[in-house]
Amino acid sequence: MANVTTGSAPVTYNEEVVRKFIIAAIFWAVVAFAVGCYLAAELTWPELNLGYSFTNFGRLRPVHTSGAIFAFGGSMLFGTSMYVVQRTCQVRLWGGSALANFIFWAFQFFIVMAALSYVLGFTEGREYAEPEWHLDLWLTMIWVLYAIVYIGTIIMRKEPHIYVANWFYLAFILTVAVLHLGNNMAVPVSFFGAKSYSLFSGTQDAMVQWWYGHNAVGFFLTAGFLGMMYYFIPKAANRPVYSYRLSIFHFWSLIFLYIWAGPHHLHYTALPDWTQILGMTFSVMLWMPSWGGMINGLMTLSGAWDKLRTDPGLRFSVTAVGFYGMSTFEGPVMAIRDVNALSHYTNWTIGHVHSGALGWVAFISFGAIYYLIPVLWKRDAMYSVKLISWHYWTATLGIVFYITSMWVAGIMEGLMWRAYDAQGFLQYSFVESVVAVHPFLMIRLFGGLFFLLGALIMVYNAYKTIRGPRSAASMLPNAALAAGE
Amino acid sequence: MASRGFSHATIERNAFLLIILAILTISIGGLVQIVPLFTIETTVEHVKGVRPYSPLEQAGRDIYVREGCYLCHSQMIRSLRDEVERYGHYSLAAESMYDHPFQWGSKRTGPDLARVGGKYSNDWHYGHLIHPQSLVPESIMPSYRFLAETPLKYDNIAEKLKTLRIVGVPYTDEEVAQAKADLEAQATPGADTDALMKRYPKANLVPGNGHEVTELDALVAYLQVLGTMVDFTDPSAENPQQ
Repeated sequence: MANVTTGSAPVTYNEEVVRKFIIAAIFWAVVAFAVGCYLAAELTWPELNLGYSFTNFGRLRPVHTSGAIFAFGGSMLFGTSMYVVQRTCQVRLWGGSALANFIFWAFQFFIVMAALSYVLGFTEGREYAEPEWHLDLWLTMIWVLYAIVYIGTIIMRKEPHIYVANWFYLAFILTVAVLHLGNNMAVPVSFFGAKSYSLFSGTQDAMVQWWYGHNAVGFFLTAGFLGMMYYFIPKAANRPVYSYRLSIFHFWSLIFLYIWAGPHHLHYTALPDWTQILGMTFSVMLWMPSWGGMINGLMTLSGAWDKLRTDPGLRFSVTAVGFYGMSTFEGPVMAIRDVNALSHYTNWTIGHVHSGALGWVAFISFGAIYYLIPVLWKRDAMYSVKLISWHYWTATLGIVFYITSMWVAGIMEGLMWRAYDAQGFLQYSFVESVVAVHPFLMIRLFGGLFFLLGALIMVYNAYKTIRGPRSAASMLPNAALAAGE
Repeated sequence: MASRGFSHATIERNAFLLIILAILTISIGGLVQIVPLFTIETTVEHVKGVRPYSPLEQAGRDIYVREGCYLCHSQMIRSLRDEVERYGHYSLAAESMYDHPFQWGSKRTGPDLARVGGKYSNDWHYGHLIHPQSLVPESIMPSYRFLAETPLKYDNIAEKLKTLRIVGVPYTDEEVAQAKADLEAQATPGADTDALMKRYPKANLVPGNGHEVTELDALVAYLQVLGTMVDFTDPSAENPQQ
């Protein structure tokens, strides 16, 4: 373990806050997946909207997306970044335990308030940035504190080099700050009311929103989680990162290119063509650094591939990198204008998002969780390796059901909307496409339930591990000292 | 390494350098794509007929945003043959120039609404929003009956118009002063609507229930104006002489 000593003085890491974030991440994962399943069921059987304002699809959907991205994904990023930065810098988290604790509770408070505000109808109406202005300010404060703690730890480091995982976490923290401020520029109607109007309108507002929206994917869900990949895969495989040069190439080209990709959400719209073309071109170029990163992650297992048979936690991480490669290929394809003409507005997009969110983000998180729980709670291993395997296969099966049904549904919708009959009239009314995709929406729900079931297996396994006995090694007095007890 | 002049290790050893270079790297794309949209005049070409929303329409738009309608309905007809035939003339940038925030949407679980205004009667919209399946049996849209049962809160409608003026919607002092009266006139049968129609041409008068303005009235007024402001039969509507 890396938590022994540097030089003469033992380093006592702040693992308390990491433990809290991991528990929170597991909790929010289950909530987000469950709400997702309920929404999928609403789209299949609309009676499930129940006729109340707060149970309607339109109000619940942000609870699912924010729950998955910010509550689950965010807690994972906070937790793992704070873990990784301490280990790779060989210093305790800067700023003290109280500040770290405050960041934890302030962020959890933000999540709960955001979810409540959505179901009560407070929203800025911007996808993935729905919270109203007062919550935006609260999040800004949390983010500034987080950046200070993270950068403070890096500055205090005892290692001469900043490890590659920290580059990615750092880019994630900085860019999300810029995006959050840029996209949430709004003027409140009154100081005591929640309602605000965005500073920008129409075309410019659309561009700003998708600059934010696509880079929420690029930096929150990609760069941050790549930080996770660059730490936990080498750790679990006990191998160094495959290529240092590729890491450098991956990092700089990824963060440079990603920021341009937003306009591919706006093909053939009233956004000027030059912006659309730039967005498409950079999206296609983005394929290269993405696959460079994938190769770097996968090849790290050179000489350690046998571990995939015995370590299902690592299997999650490696499959995640595979899905990362798949969705970063599918993304550039869908960003091509002619493909986008078919795929945009359809369920194909939903499938694409979930191959990234479930296959990449959730899987790399599960891998990190299964690695971290025994370390953080000083256990020999997870309670049951077999249950990790069960989680792996139910979740994988769930993703397969999900993305294949959405491919079929999306391409079918795209083709039906543009189909002409022999007389040259549009062949289908819109509602015929709604009817046609119904069976595939049911299969999607089925896939989602599988994924949720897998997460529940993880909850049980984590609970049994944490309630189980501590490892013998951690009972030794000097081990306890070294581990920061 | 040092003999080659530059080594990436320099950046890896200096947190400030890494931070500054990362911020520069992520700034370029956004600056190139966003800033010119505010400076190039042809981004939003002038079109005849586009006007700010009437107070009732704006109140309805706020409900549209609140209920997350944009999560299932787009308001952006792309310049593709089948879309133009299905929904009407492709959307112009000017048509959403007073939309704070924009509601172009990203998913069509239901059809596009950019030109839904005038396509159906008021009665159709009331019936459809209260019980969608009564008019479209296969629809998977939820019921919005609760909007019909909720009185519209519009005490702060003038404040809303003033706030919109701050972000660039050209409401006049008179329009702000008359906001409440205009809102009520648009939803009260038999009301004097001359001033309203002069300020907001093509505003759709909604029948209401006779004793109060509901949220549903506002939403229908908004839906009925969508895509109707520009007269595409008038050849001079686009690119008028400025």
